[in-house]
Amino acid sequence: MRKLLALLLVLILAGSVLAREAPTVAADPVQEKRAMALAEELRCLVCQNQTIADSHAELAVDLKNQIREKLKAGMSEAQIIDYMVARYGDFVLYRPPVKVTTLPLWIGPFALLFAALAGLFYYILRRRRSPPTQPLSKADEARVRSLLDGQEERR
Amino acid sequence: MLRARFLIPLAVFAVLVVFLGVGLTLNPREVPSPLIDKPAPAFQLPQLHAPDKTFAQKDMLGKVWMLNVWASWCVACREEHPNLVELARSGAVPIYGLNYKDERADGIAWLARFGNPYQVSAYDRDGRIGIDYGVYGVPETYVIDKAGVIRYKRIGAVTPEILRDKILPLVKELNGNA
Repeated sequence: MRKLLALLLVLILAGSVLAREAPTVAADPVQEKRAMALAEELRCLVCQNQTIADSHAELAVDLKNQIREKLKAGMSEAQIIDYMVARYGDFVLYRPPVKVTTLPLWIGPFALLFAALAGLFYYILRRRRSPPTQPLSKADEARVRSLLDGQEERR
Repeated sequence: MLRARFLIPLAVFAVLVVFLGVGLTLNPREVPSPLIDKPAPAFQLPQLHAPDKTFAQKDMLGKVWMLNVWASWCVACREEHPNLVELARSGAVPIYGLNYKDERADGIAWLARFGNPYQVSAYDRDGRIGIDYGVYGVPETYVIDKAGVIRYKRIGAVTPEILRDKILPLVKELNGNA
């Protein structure tokens, strides 16, 4: 019983240690909306398949605060995006820009789809053009008929 | 013709294996830094051990040096630390630290415990300079040349192989040419 109480106490204390202060939010709701819209466009470098808006990684929180500060200082969205790209590269953009280096990324899936469709058409055309199959032999024909009539016993 | 058709799934499979094989050797966490061959971002920060003194990147102009971003809470830093201590002992390149988002006392205690390879550690409490340097996964290491330009960046622990094959030859080259 005492052990259980001690465990409970530890758990309760651990909770208070892990608790964090509430995330900061820009005072102006319009600005906060702009900040979050920008955060949706930026990839979190720590958990790479999340935007920094979704991520709770410390770096994402820091970057969101940077966005708020920069908006407050009067920087435009484009300037802030440039600021991030200068530090973290194109990778930070959740929607990668169309550039020579990202071309395979944009065109690749369509190229694959096109190749697959072309292959399919080629296959269908060839099959249609192929000569009709050989006529059945007499014996086979007889067997087919008897099968269709339900005459022949199962083998 | 018939035989060739049977080979198609095998060929597809082979291509798939090659793609997956190459994928295994890539590390998606290593994002190429846009800062390579760009001037090291300016900063002036209090020193970890002496809060009244500062360290700035421009103090290092004219020297080839290494900037290592570390923190006492960072597990991989502990892994690479002996390599840095060893490097500092060899004197091949001066190492400066950027203590990233750490408590000052923790950072000092950590160095006291594991050894201090740094000439000076700058103290980046809120991680702002880290953002300027594009830090997203501590430890990160930069080699900066005499003109103050970043020439190399390593994301993750510095291993003896990386020191031998990448960092030390680069330092030698930078010291020789400039």
